Amino acid sequence: MVAPSTPPHLSLTLRVWRQAGPSQPGRFVDYAAPGLSPDMSFLELLDVVNDGLTTKGEEPIAFAHDCREGICGTCSCTINGKPHGPGQGVATCQIYLRAFRDGDTIVVEPFRARAFPVVKDLVTDRAAFDKIQQAGGFITARAGSAPDANAAPVPKPAADLAMDAAACIGCGACVAACKNASAMLFVAAKVSHLGLLPQGQPERDKRVLAMVGTMDALGFGNCTNQYECSAACPKLISHDFIARLNRDYLAATVRSAFQPAPAGTGGGAG
Amino acid sequence: MATLDPKIPSGPLADKWRKHKADIRLVNPANKRKYEIIVVGAGLAGASAASTLADLGYKVKNFVFHDSPRRAHSIAAQGGINAAKNYQNDGDSVHRLFYDTLKGGDYRAREANVHRLAEVSVNIIDQCVAQGVPFAREYGGLLANRSFGGAQVSRTFYARGQTGQQLLLGAYSALSRVVGAGLVELHTQSEMLDLVIVGGQAKGIIVRDLVTGEIGRHAADAVILATGGYGNVFNLSTYARGSNATAIWRAYKRGACLANPCYTQIHPTCIPVSGDYQSKLTLMSESLRNDGRIWAPRKKEDGRKNPNDIPEADRDYFLERIYPGFGNLCPRDVASRAAKRMCDEGRGVGPTGLGVYLDFSDAIKRLGEAGVRERYGNLFDIYHEITAESAYQTPMRIFPAVHYTMGGLWVDYNLMSNIPGLFVLGEANFSDHGANRLGASALMQGLADGYFIIPYTIGDYLAGQKPGSRPSADAPEFKAAEDHVSGMTARLLGIKGRQPVSHFHKRLGKIMWEHCGMARTKAGLAQALREIPALREEFWAGVNVPGSADTLNQSLEQAGRVADFIELGELLCLDALTREESCGGHFREEHQHPDGECKRDDAGFAHVAAWEFQGAGRTPLRNIEPLNYEFVKMSVRNYK
Repeated sequence: MVAPSTPPHLSLTLRVWRQAGPSQPGRFVDYAAPGLSPDMSFLELLDVVNDGLTTKGEEPIAFAHDCREGICGTCSCTINGKPHGPGQGVATCQIYLRAFRDGDTIVVEPFRARAFPVVKDLVTDRAAFDKIQQAGGFITARAGSAPDANAAPVPKPAADLAMDAAACIGCGACVAACKNASAMLFVAAKVSHLGLLPQGQPERDKRVLAMVGTMDALGFGNCTNQYECSAACPKLISHDFIARLNRDYLAATVRSAFQPAPAGTGGGAG
Repeated sequence: MATLDPKIPSGPLADKWRKHKADIRLVNPANKRKYEIIVVGAGLAGASAASTLADLGYKVKNFVFHDSPRRAHSIAAQGGINAAKNYQNDGDSVHRLFYDTLKGGDYRAREANVHRLAEVSVNIIDQCVAQGVPFAREYGGLLANRSFGGAQVSRTFYARGQTGQQLLLGAYSALSRVVGAGLVELHTQSEMLDLVIVGGQAKGIIVRDLVTGEIGRHAADAVILATGGYGNVFNLSTYARGSNATAIWRAYKRGACLANPCYTQIHPTCIPVSGDYQSKLTLMSESLRNDGRIWAPRKKEDGRKNPNDIPEADRDYFLERIYPGFGNLCPRDVASRAAKRMCDEGRGVGPTGLGVYLDFSDAIKRLGEAGVRERYGNLFDIYHEITAESAYQTPMRIFPAVHYTMGGLWVDYNLMSNIPGLFVLGEANFSDHGANRLGASALMQGLADGYFIIPYTIGDYLAGQKPGSRPSADAPEFKAAEDHVSGMTARLLGIKGRQPVSHFHKRLGKIMWEHCGMARTKAGLAQALREIPALREEFWAGVNVPGSADTLNQSLEQAGRVADFIELGELLCLDALTREESCGGHFREEHQHPDGECKRDDAGFAHVAAWEFQGAGRTPLRNIEPLNYEFVKMSVRNYK
């Protein structure tokens, strides 16, 4: 199955952030990478460099990756200062060496944000995103209790817009690209996806308040409308959703201030 | 010898599941919280099971090797999910979905399991819509459908080319809700490295924390594996790089039978390999075959030509020619072998000669470029990123690649393995797809198992376990398993050989692809069975795993997984050698009809082969579960 490759004609230097652990100091280390094919992916370049390091008895560069087709959101390198590198609307794993010129030095760092501490080398801990989801990024629907799928029609434009927002892969590039390390685009995408659908209405206010509250508590910064997030997003999710998030948040805050809290739930009967 | 009782309920096919649900034992709500269930994996099957079991009141621990449950490889499924809703009014029904799936699997699956799958398919769509999965819709606001291979109705629901992502994010949101509510204890970056058996029953697992290296023991009343398939035994595949067989392989080595490992699926429409550095093959969704036409040049010398310069008369639309009934939408195994035959005849295209064309020029004439972009834009973008070619202007080049494994741990009708208390869901089990899976059926099975089957069947097992009777993690069986895991880690780190792990994985992949890929022969398999043990020896003498055990060490993770793949690859070849017939994804060149189609041997092989570990260095035992077809007549698959 393996075919003869295109003749290699690229030589690159990788300047990679090496950091042994969260509390150890990090530094840049240069690695020469000669004889590369332009059809090689950027992560395959890291594979090749790592195999070379291993053969020399050195420890390879730790980097996060999995599906290598731009959908799992695991890969997370800042390449030449841009989260996910030089492409537009692609993740790190979808960068191919044809994006670079022979002789280039490529600077590779982890996504940097206070809420994403470095674990090792290029690997960061993005568990904060899971915590935001756990606070409210869902529609409560127990298996077995759902009505027929066509019981509630959803206008196509709303479904399409919800899908645009739902395309988020949870990589964190929006946070890494933002000078405030804000997670507003990530939160806005989930709040908009669920808030645009009829199924998402009952928990709409609770959801936005809980997700924004958790986002703030986890140390993400605020939004100052620079839109770097959308530019870095591998799914090109629009910053318009942030405006939608702000509207939802404001409305929910006002409603929650004026609505009497229910007296209590459960109990009683029987 | 293992006892393999499939526990198929009696009675008419369409009543079995309903009757079974009414007959099996229940656990009362107050007792449910006294049971702890371990779920390994958080793909469609694992996340749906963990969240549903937590909602029922069980205490659940969920383990994933990823940094977040949302990264499981279900996320990469593109095309869609089947369900017998018949919203299109085109003649679909539960029976037809059942029949298509059984026939698509080349009559090597259990009737009762497949029928149940078709029955609950309709509930899955309801459940996903309720969770907010943004399926494609018509202008009236109702759900849209498209066609997929192996069916003559449109029953596939989809969310652009990201259906797996949206279904997984739905299951992940359900899981997140119960994690947030404190009902599920989530352990990310935690890899299961052994199964713990106490008193003949599965009662816990040994886990390595991938960040700290710490080895942990976890006891439970039942263990669920939902850890996916083993396609990375071929090294190059459409799987994620991290997808691995370690959980199921270690369970196998503890006595769980592995069924039909030779049933592997080669997907016809993937982007061809470009070089030996390649780490991954990328799928172009089967949905593309709705509008794309597959062809190869009639003349060998046209293989290197610009396809747009090859006149219509010199193009061979070989699927439409050979299979006029299903055309470009014939099942995956059939389409893959046809493409291989074209390349074997020297009519392959592209720089390597290993490729055929998937052409959209007719669709663009019919729908306009914008229409094609709306349906498949993201797939065309992926193709462009990888190849730097525009499929709007020139046909895609595609070639088959490993995509799915129908084989897996043996389970009964309750999805329980031959080890009591060990349940296996989704791609990790073997139960529903026979020798070939139809497109858009993997998502269906994963969610069926997690949302609608295990919540019922696990209760039947737990009702027989006294509440509070689970062993302590200090029991000697846990200590022994932990020592075993630590010993293997120390051994891998101590070899200090010359070659990185990838070297051995690539070599294994080449052996597997060459001798156990799309076409298999007795001589080739025998050759593989000589080469793989030699490779295993070389691995354990010559692999270099740098670093230490007490930190994030990706080389160490990969070394353990590849060690398991080498062993599993050997069993896969042995299974393929023993199954002297062709069926679905398992094609033995010795057993074919004159036109090159699969020649099954129903008298000799209408059974499940469930392999049982007999100790290192000893030939595993081949147990048999006969497949009794009560309701459907086994016939020769015909897509012509």
